[in-house]
Amino acid sequence: MHSFGYRANALLTFAVTIVALMCAIASLSDNLNTPSPTAEIQVVNINWFQKQTHGNDEVSLTLNITADLQSLFTWNTKQLFIFIAAEYKTPKNALNQVSLWDAIIPAKESAKFSIHTSNKYRFIDQGHNLRGKEFNLTLHWHVMPKTGKMFADKIVMSGYRLPEEYR
Amino acid sequence: MGWIGDGIESIRSMQIRQFLTQAVSLGMIVTSALIIWKGLMCITGSESPVVVVLSGSMEPGFKRGDILFLHMSKDPIRAGEIVVFNVDGREIPIVHRVIKVHERQDGEVDVLTKGDNNYGDDRLLYAQGQLWLQRHHIMGRAVGFLPYVGWVTIIMTEKPIIKYILIGALGLLVITSKD
Repeated sequence: MHSFGYRANALLTFAVTIVALMCAIASLSDNLNTPSPTAEIQVVNINWFQKQTHGNDEVSLTLNITADLQSLFTWNTKQLFIFIAAEYKTPKNALNQVSLWDAIIPAKESAKFSIHTSNKYRFIDQGHNLRGKEFNLTLHWHVMPKTGKMFADKIVMSGYRLPEEYR
Repeated sequence: MGWIGDGIESIRSMQIRQFLTQAVSLGMIVTSALIIWKGLMCITGSESPVVVVLSGSMEPGFKRGDILFLHMSKDPIRAGEIVVFNVDGREIPIVHRVIKVHERQDGEVDVLTKGDNNYGDDRLLYAQGQLWLQRHHIMGRAVGFLPYVGWVTIIMTEKPIIKYILIGALGLLVITSKD
């Protein structure tokens, strides 16, 4: 009854239970944080805009991104994954989401930033619907925890219109 | 001489009884593990509710040996979600992030994925000539995360000897333990 094996087993079980409980509490404590992130995205320039040889529209943009996401960080936050997506409707597709740029923010100190960049991923439509197309730029963030549940949310910035002609 | 026969008989029946008890308790352990696994499958709607990260393509978010909890709901797939997908002709499922979504009016969806730590998108990993993932390729989306725990399974699949030693030791413990 009081052999070494039993004691080791009891100790191990207890330790694992405590660790699991602590992980669960750490994950739940994320809910206490009410973040208030702010962001601003501007389309500075349309670098070029053309129809590919196989018929899909492609556009290259220069963006100006300013954001303060520091309030998203809690003690259980490992990193922030953020990306900017262009979202629009076409006659064929009810929703198109095209990721243009993304970044990993490893620490709270670097969560307040301003960056001037052209799109990292190609902005290609399925088809040729981009001339004069209105689209929303959306800043999405995914909070990756040290342990437990992952969170995601977004800020939508509306009202951008692509030019009527290729250039 | 009758009492000797009785004694042997009682010992034998004791052993059988003890053996049966142990068999039943071992069976209980196995079946309860199975019940938990199948129950998780029902709750999450995913055919594998828990996956172990095997590659470093999502670092620093997910490292090798971390565990992901999957959920498969009817909700549409959106950019930014981390999905687990199977490509035709590949056995091991891949955990990567969705970067492009084109959803048609009838709900059919074309999805492009990329690993956070990879330079380019996943078209090189897809089947020959495949440009997009469809709904049926996707096994679930990651909703929760637990670090390091998956190392147990990685070690056991890569060094089977450790698995056999562990199973042997546990079996020995079950056989030799009393009450």
